[in-house]
Amino acid sequence: MKRSEIRVCVLRVGGTNCDAETCRAFTDLGVKAETVHMNDMVESRNLPSYSALVVPGGFSYGDYVRAGAIWAKEISAKLGPELKEYAEGGKPILGICNGFQVLVEAGLLPGFTGISEQPESALGTNVPIGYYCGWVYVRHTSQGNCIFAKSIPMQKVLRMPVAHAEGRFMVTKENESSFLQVLHDNDQLVFRYCNEDGNPANGRHPASPNGAFHDIAGICNPAGNVLGLMPHPERAYYSWQLPDWTRLGNAMDYGDGRLLFESVVRHLKEKNGRL
Amino acid sequence: MMYRVRIEVSLKQGHSDPEGETAAKSLQELGYPVKATHVGKVYTVYLSADSGSEARRITDEMCRKLLANPTKDDYSYALEEV
Repeated sequence: MKRSEIRVCVLRVGGTNCDAETCRAFTDLGVKAETVHMNDMVESRNLPSYSALVVPGGFSYGDYVRAGAIWAKEISAKLGPELKEYAEGGKPILGICNGFQVLVEAGLLPGFTGISEQPESALGTNVPIGYYCGWVYVRHTSQGNCIFAKSIPMQKVLRMPVAHAEGRFMVTKENESSFLQVLHDNDQLVFRYCNEDGNPANGRHPASPNGAFHDIAGICNPAGNVLGLMPHPERAYYSWQLPDWTRLGNAMDYGDGRLLFESVVRHLKEKNGRL
Repeated sequence: MMYRVRIEVSLKQGHSDPEGETAAKSLQELGYPVKATHVGKVYTVYLSADSGSEARRITDEMCRKLLANPTKDDYSYALEEV
């Protein structure tokens, strides 16, 4: 598939943000990307025509009930069968921040045995409590399964910003160790919060901005085509989005976030239209 | 028949509750003999159903589908005909 034939849908509802930045990142890589309102998608029912789907960040429906819960149930109710076919057909789905919360609430992540009827994990209130907006480091921990991380060297430390109040990845207390084992076995653990040198954050703030279980910042489904992460790669796409860009001078054109977009575009290009 | 259901969603035991801990600390600083505080959400839902058991079935389904995430939340409710 040529880059110009790739079409990315960035879905939005009231409260979504960074949809424009996400479109711009894909456009910079030579693919078509457009923001589509949920209502228009439900009316047109043309999700299958897109090569990839992004559920962007924000505070959909005011984060009422739980962050991402209302939008997740809306997607399940109105686009359930199409989304199931889309995800199970191996098409890429990326959930950023609120998008990650949506994918978890909709049962797509972790998705151990396909899309679950009820959430199998949660993104709870940050520890320490409160909205946290700042730059964090995450270590790429997948072994090659996730299509959004194929251009990222293993164990590479990436710098990206987070901005959320409910980002603490949680699983049921009694299942923590078995849950982690399955994540490892399926190569679903993609990003973990760490210090600048790559050492684990071990839940310590601010290296871990939210106290997530096992420092989990992003996971994919067992097939590797659905990724959710709390950090915002689209806010770390260009070098001039970085906090120290003036000191970096012309040393680099892009930030670490670009690697995620590059990975999925390369994956789609190599698929040669077989998706 | 119309029912009023008071649904309480709270964190399961064992999970940290930063909002509850912060509230407890503040109450302790005010001099109250508070040992712990747990924070939850309360929804008051009005629904029509043919019977109390039907209203309970609907309420359970609503909690499982939307109002509680079984990973971290417990829920309980009290129902009355209005």
